[in-house]
Amino acid sequence: MFAYLLRRVLYAIPILIGVNLLTFALFFVVNTPDDMARLQLGAKHVTPEAIERWKSEHGYDKPLLINQAAEGRAQFTDTIFFQHSAAMFVFEFGKGDDGRDIGTEIRNRMGPSLAIALPVFVIGLLVNITFALLMVFFRATYLDLWGVVLCVVLMSISGLFYIIAGQYFIASLWKLLPISGFAGGINGLPFILLPVLVSVVAGIGGGSRWYRTIFIEEIGKDYVRTARAKGLSELRVLFRHVLKNGMIPILTGAVVVIPTLFMGSLITESFFGIPGLGSYTIDAIQAQDFAVVRAMVFLGSVLYIVGLILTDLSYSWVDPRVRLQ
Amino acid sequence: MDIQPVILWTDGLIFALLAGVLVLAWGISRQEHLRAPWAAVGRRPMAMGAALVLGVFVVIGLLDSLHYREKLADSPVDKPQYSVEVLSAFDALVGTLRTRHEKTYSAPLAMHLYAKEFVDHDGQAVRAYPRLQFGGAHLRDAAERRPDLVRRSAIGMAQGLAASLLLFGVLAAWRARRTQVSLGEWLTRWGEGRLGWPGRTLVCMATLLLMLAGVLAHLAAGYHVFGTDKVGQDVLYITLKSIRTGLVIGTLTTLVTLPLAISLGIAAGYFRGWVDDAIQYVYTVLNSIPGVLLIAAAVLIVQGYIESNPELFDNAAARADVRLLALCLIMGMTSWTGLARLLRGEALKLSTLDYVDAARAFGVSHGRILSRHIFPNVFHLVLIAIVLDFSGLVLAEAVLSYVGVGVDPSMHSWGNMINGARLELAREPTVWWQLGAAFTFMFTLVLAANLFADGVRDAFDPRRESGR
Repeated sequence: MFAYLLRRVLYAIPILIGVNLLTFALFFVVNTPDDMARLQLGAKHVTPEAIERWKSEHGYDKPLLINQAAEGRAQFTDTIFFQHSAAMFVFEFGKGDDGRDIGTEIRNRMGPSLAIALPVFVIGLLVNITFALLMVFFRATYLDLWGVVLCVVLMSISGLFYIIAGQYFIASLWKLLPISGFAGGINGLPFILLPVLVSVVAGIGGGSRWYRTIFIEEIGKDYVRTARAKGLSELRVLFRHVLKNGMIPILTGAVVVIPTLFMGSLITESFFGIPGLGSYTIDAIQAQDFAVVRAMVFLGSVLYIVGLILTDLSYSWVDPRVRLQ
Repeated sequence: MDIQPVILWTDGLIFALLAGVLVLAWGISRQEHLRAPWAAVGRRPMAMGAALVLGVFVVIGLLDSLHYREKLADSPVDKPQYSVEVLSAFDALVGTLRTRHEKTYSAPLAMHLYAKEFVDHDGQAVRAYPRLQFGGAHLRDAAERRPDLVRRSAIGMAQGLAASLLLFGVLAAWRARRTQVSLGEWLTRWGEGRLGWPGRTLVCMATLLLMLAGVLAHLAAGYHVFGTDKVGQDVLYITLKSIRTGLVIGTLTTLVTLPLAISLGIAAGYFRGWVDDAIQYVYTVLNSIPGVLLIAAAVLIVQGYIESNPELFDNAAARADVRLLALCLIMGMTSWTGLARLLRGEALKLSTLDYVDAARAFGVSHGRILSRHIFPNVFHLVLIAIVLDFSGLVLAEAVLSYVGVGVDPSMHSWGNMINGARLELAREPTVWWQLGAAFTFMFTLVLAANLFADGVRDAFDPRRESGR
């Protein structure tokens, strides 16, 4: 078990190096620091001096890979690659264009992101499984058929529509909940309800349909026939056998997203004014703050890989046939 | 000749795609075993109804892809000069819908502007809602509006009905002749749904669509059916123009990366060993980067490139078009990994089968085994992936445009419409028509695509049993 974990972590390193090199290529080679400076300074006719000043302020005035001017180890350490790309391995993200430390921002903003994303994840999972089981229970009836059609209809509605409609009707027309904003602790509850509600509803269509397919596949298997032959009631078959076995693909599919919950949701957070990582990212994209985008890319990849490892672990947990070696 | 055809990058690719689809369809129709699953799709009422709706969208999109520039009226004969504005066959078809600008917002089917202005009333300046320049301009006063709307709708509906009856008559006569039954017998079969294809659904859908088109056409001639936007443009026109953008993103994105996904996926599964390791490494790296961030970064970079090299593009339409194509490429780059992984698994399975072993034993080259034995057997997966991806991509465009890394702001797209209109919801009274129009059209297209995709998947995937 431990050896397996170690091997997976070691295997993750080359992938992170790949991500790092790719982001380095995207952000510094394709899009040179000069381009960045020009974008930030805005005007068409910026002076070379202004560009140089901007670059030195942000520490982008060094050579990309090898610093010929420096001595010894500094040849490699006093470069953009080492200071801005390789440093991310120890989670040193540097400063954003607004001068604030990206690492601190990330730590401060994880909480609000999680406050939205975690309830959405848990409630969404429960609601979707419930609907899927209902459809499976009534399978091959009109209830099931129309359930599936309803799922497809819900899936076809743009996520933006759910947010805009939710904000318009619930918050601004009926004034049930605040339209946007955030507060810490228990005071934040009313602010969280609407985004959670909207996100869960937006996910019902795709989620329920997907889980229904899994359960339907499971219900066609031999052990279900055996269980029925033993004279078990349909409900018992559904909950004791189908649900339990169907949870294997569902859980393993869900586990991979758990770490990425920290990242929050770009759209939801920005519409509801949640000061989380999602709105941080979206602001950075809109302000073309490449330092922040770069940090978020790296963080996202790390969390994704953690998710992959967790998925493998959860396989062995929910399915005793799987052994980790 | 007073026009100059303009072929934008996406136009070329769209018509290449169309030609490819036609050639493919011709090839499929000649082989029984390839035709069978498509025939199964053709027997599903839901899928065929959806296909009809998709067809309407595609026709509008194709018309909107025939671009040209008009010759300037005062340009010399020997050295003609053309307008910088790029128009399309669709623009020519809808006529004045494009040019009838009001001052600012106006509600759907309104005859007055949305905002109050000082109007000259019997020589006195009064604050009132001024009349629209075009919307309802033929009416003398507000009391005439309702009867006029009813009259126009009725005429439109009647014409739509008449057109559909005419078409139905022609269809019935033709099919009855082809199947060598009497017209009465054919109609009975049609009514009882015993034609072997979903005749009732298709005819009902077509009637509905024709009537809708009739009503829209008659209303649009005298009003702004979906109102006007902030700068007074007709919202119906913008929504219809957005169809092309949605279709381009939905189709070209998968298309441009198909070669990559197919070749890498199959190669990984077939050759195994270090090839497999290398390809898996590449797609794990790409997969682990959050998609929207990769897209955002790449789009920002492309945007910077376009802005710093304005001399490469001779007009605004070409610039917006290149950005659209770049968006397709970038979105494709982040989404090919799913299909590649699927194909890898399938190729892994296929390459151990006896007939592939036999081919190898006979000394058939790798290239030939891949193209003759592996590729045809994974092709259905490719097809299903194309159809399934489409609706997700159309929806993604709206989100990306909202984030600010979508299509060019000057381009008509549902994402841009939503982005431009969402702040106006706070106004009193609400400006809802832009959002309404964009969401309705997007929903219709995506729903049709989803229903059609379900039909295709059920027909092609033999293991799939749809809810026994």
